[in-house]
Amino acid sequence: MASERLAIIASKGTLDMALPPLILASTAASLGIETAIFFTFYGLNIIHKEKMKKLKLAPLGNPAMPMSFPPSLKKTPVVGQLAGLMEAIFPGPPQIMGVIPGMTDFMTAMMNKTMKDHGIADVPQLIELCKEAEVKLIPCQMTMEFFGYKQEDLIDGLEPPAGAATFIQYVLEAEKPMIIFV
Amino acid sequence: MASVTADKTLDTSGLNCPLPVLKTKKALEELQPGQVLEVISTDPGSKADIPAFCQRTGHELLETVEEGGKYIFYIRKKG
Repeated sequence: MASERLAIIASKGTLDMALPPLILASTAASLGIETAIFFTFYGLNIIHKEKMKKLKLAPLGNPAMPMSFPPSLKKTPVVGQLAGLMEAIFPGPPQIMGVIPGMTDFMTAMMNKTMKDHGIADVPQLIELCKEAEVKLIPCQMTMEFFGYKQEDLIDGLEPPAGAATFIQYVLEAEKPMIIFV
Repeated sequence: MASVTADKTLDTSGLNCPLPVLKTKKALEELQPGQVLEVISTDPGSKADIPAFCQRTGHELLETVEEGGKYIFYIRKKG
């Protein structure tokens, strides 16, 4: 049995909240720690075949939102100057703009572009890295039924779906159990 | 200039956390114990992350060189 076991609970299905569990888990596993991610509630979308490719960033109700334009966009002539001007007027879009249709898609596109500019891996890439590092990816049985997701809706290479008790027992039977909730 | 010679070089320029550490781990797997891996990174986070990775996994960090915005690490695979 593993002496150390790290379990990360991924319960959110937005783009910004999908990255931390995947980054932490792949890194922990490459440090030689037995690592698992328990995907529950909206976190299941991170391992959903289709939904994982289009996770979105919500500008509405996200007070951390004022966000700058991607560096590559700012370097583009004309567009970059316009972006600079917009940033000078509004330091990030005001919260109310989040209700405008298309705003969520726009902010998501900006986020994806910024991640690419900074050499940050995207969700499907991070999932692959987790698999390579032998992170156990555990879908939550109850929420799969709740959302009506079948095993075939989810990506390959997952552990069998588990309930809360199975998961907690799996973590706590290690000598040094660690749990991170995201 | 580094005083160690590397058996293999891994260039992670432009990549950010967690990729430099993950790629370092993979590259080390392909080496024989005692061989030296040179890792080039532009991620400022790797300055602390690569030493932490070595401390944790038992590989020996021989030398760290910082030049022109690049961090170069020399890691000897543990025996």
